[in-house]
Amino acid sequence: MSTKFQVNGKAVSANAEPDTPLLWVIRDELGMTGTKFGCGAALCGACTVHVDGAPVRSCQTPLASVAGKQVSTIESLSRDNSHPLQVAWVKHDVPQCGYCQSGQLMSAAALLAGNKNPSDADIDSAMSGNICRCGTYPRIKAAIKDAAIMMRKA
Amino acid sequence: MTTSRRNFLKTSAAASGGLLMGVVLPGNLLAAGTLHTPNAWVHIADDNTITLLCARSEMGQGVYTSLPMLIAEELNVNLRTVKVENAPPAAIYVNALLGAQITGGSTSVRDGWEKLRIAGAQVREMLISAAANEWKVDRAGLKADAGFVTGPGGKRASYGHLAQAASKLPVPEKVALKDPKDFTIVGKRTKRLDSPRKVNGSAEFGIDVKLPGMLYASLEQCPVIGGKVASFDASAAKGMPGVVDVVQINDGVAVVAKSYWQAQKARKSLKVQWDEGSGAALDHNTVLNTTRDAITKVKALPIGKPVGNTPEAMKGAARVLTAEYISPMQAHAPLEPMNFTASFANGKVLLIGSTQFQQGAQGAVAATLGLKPEDVTLKTTFLGGGFGRRLELDFIVQAAQISKAVGKPVKLVWSREDDMTHDFYRPMGVNQLQAGLDAQGNPVALHFKVASQSVTQRAFGLPKETFDPFMAEAAVAGYEIPNTQHDLHITDTGIRVGYWRAVSHNMNAFANESFMDEMASAAGKDPYKYRMALLGNKPRFANVLRLAAEKAGWGSPLPAGRARGIALMEGYDTYMAQVAEVSVDDKGVTVHKVTVAADVGQMVNPDTVEAQIQSSIVFGMGAGLMQEITLDKGRVQQTNYNNFPVVRMYQAPKIDIVLVNSTEKPGGIGEPATALVVPAIANAVFAASGKRVRKLPMTPDAIKSA
Repeated sequence: MSTKFQVNGKAVSANAEPDTPLLWVIRDELGMTGTKFGCGAALCGACTVHVDGAPVRSCQTPLASVAGKQVSTIESLSRDNSHPLQVAWVKHDVPQCGYCQSGQLMSAAALLAGNKNPSDADIDSAMSGNICRCGTYPRIKAAIKDAAIMMRKA
Repeated sequence: MTTSRRNFLKTSAAASGGLLMGVVLPGNLLAAGTLHTPNAWVHIADDNTITLLCARSEMGQGVYTSLPMLIAEELNVNLRTVKVENAPPAAIYVNALLGAQITGGSTSVRDGWEKLRIAGAQVREMLISAAANEWKVDRAGLKADAGFVTGPGGKRASYGHLAQAASKLPVPEKVALKDPKDFTIVGKRTKRLDSPRKVNGSAEFGIDVKLPGMLYASLEQCPVIGGKVASFDASAAKGMPGVVDVVQINDGVAVVAKSYWQAQKARKSLKVQWDEGSGAALDHNTVLNTTRDAITKVKALPIGKPVGNTPEAMKGAARVLTAEYISPMQAHAPLEPMNFTASFANGKVLLIGSTQFQQGAQGAVAATLGLKPEDVTLKTTFLGGGFGRRLELDFIVQAAQISKAVGKPVKLVWSREDDMTHDFYRPMGVNQLQAGLDAQGNPVALHFKVASQSVTQRAFGLPKETFDPFMAEAAVAGYEIPNTQHDLHITDTGIRVGYWRAVSHNMNAFANESFMDEMASAAGKDPYKYRMALLGNKPRFANVLRLAAEKAGWGSPLPAGRARGIALMEGYDTYMAQVAEVSVDDKGVTVHKVTVAADVGQMVNPDTVEAQIQSSIVFGMGAGLMQEITLDKGRVQQTNYNNFPVVRMYQAPKIDIVLVNSTEKPGGIGEPATALVVPAIANAVFAASGKRVRKLPMTPDAIKSA
């Protein structure tokens, strides 16, 4: 049996067993490896994607639960780095090893979708589910604020 | 220190069966003999595409940008127009500071500083010679700049046009290097070359590798590290969806399936009987006792030369202070779990993934599979964090063995739980310090003892009872004290230990800088002024100490409940001071701000220097405040980021950085701040609460019971 849903605006049909975490469907079956595996327990946020616009940890989201839904991955932000968050991330040279950054960006995108002028506390609250072992937090925070300014002007 | 490290690694390389190749000095740079490859560091194609080779693994520390900057500076090319490729394992790419192709020890820039500029200059000169030959003019009038050689009468040729002829010329032995004041790339804040790929998901990490026909493996290892498979029943696993095979290798039983999740799920139905081995007797209290006992039971190896006569001076002191500091075991826990891709076919194997030790991987896989090293091809991807964990080769050998067993390309992926429970842990450290103070509270004698386990014995076969320089890091502090003695006691606790970011700087700086604060407190003196008074002839130490104190506003009033602590260290040829500003309550320590002054010598990319300081502070804070590895019956009790917590954004402090404008040789910056932030916080905790925490981590309970 297959599970039908949308990824980044395109209809897809996945053949994995229905209890397979969405993360592995995206990575191994659909071949989009921008979404990362970090903990397998919704503790690190590296696998963050959006399901119908809300940020979820794809390592804890069974394939069956996204049937008929819209899934957005890091690949949907933009391929040419034109999204304000990507612009700000590059401007601040946020990434170090870079492994967590897809998840960081997807959590930040969800935050800014609902709040174009987040406070430090808003940012801490939205982003503290995402671990960065390289400690890029000060730059992430600065970049989110910069991206918010760009989005307010746009 | 550098020289002795190099020497013993060379020696142990020979002892370990020649897995590591010899050091190649810059003067011996070889032309690869291929067209358009003037030397091993620069490839130029006809279409003028210039590729610079990066021989160190990019694991966040910025070498993918900073090392090409050194080549580009002398080659005179725009960094934005070049490509960068990771170098394969080869003798030419050996790190001369470590004697092998290793990324670690904060050595990349120190090793590359001259070597890579020479490499760039050599190619520049070869391109000029090629143009001179083609134009039949004297090379003295030619210039190489921005990817073109120009000459009299408006003559102009691109590097790409000249590359074929240039690569046939001899590599010049001696080349002129620029005066640092003429640098246009080195020392300038430069945007990382890898950022664009790391913000849209396209950067390739080990875990992203895909080969045609590739299968996925999940490996069940003994819960006690070192244990072996006694027997196993895979009948249930073999019947599960997607499972292709179940194979036994040295380290456990691997389920191989068509997807990772199928392999991981089927692995749970394996029934394995283990021979747990001697490790099953270990618990963390035993490890602590074994370590502490080494101070009395294991002969001391001197660290540096004793100064004066410490025992006599101690007898004559007005007051003697003693203290013991304990640093627990730590896991590396990089965010990308261990994984590697291997493809074995026809007596050769291709390996692709995240590693800090290319030649080690090549050598270990060759030895395990009975191949020649040249039959092992290795490609390095971006690393999702390293911190020393990816110096180890276990997961690479496992992937190769599984691929050979099933005869297909295989990607082995560990779970986070596998990663946490099968690390090579930072060893336990016990430091016992004794100081003699005169009537005014000034130190007249210091006796420093450290007991711990040698990673170098395990990793490089350093003979027992031999001095391990990596255990002596930051043991001898910068202070001028008339009588000092430093002793190293090496023990083996049975734990599988590994190099962990900043290695022994961690335990030794925690002890030294906490104790210096205790001495100042006993003397009734300000900890900043007390330190400064001992640095009369140590200008680089004194300078960073003063800069950090000034920037942090040392001595100025703080909001109620907040206090500052200060700490000072040299590590990796970098001089650094930190001031931490904290508050303490029932929930533990809040670190509000960390101010850092660093003299790292000459810098390649100051923005990366700052990024590494920020990174190290967050990393070190985790170890100082919340992380610890414990064992019960040989089983590591921490399994994931819930019981091995790491610093999250809401806990990250404001970080202020002052960089010294220096003409000294470059120092390393990937690690030192990791070690130094811990005593800076411990000293601030004492100032805020009166509690002196001598056993890490500084959890709420540890502070209450201090």
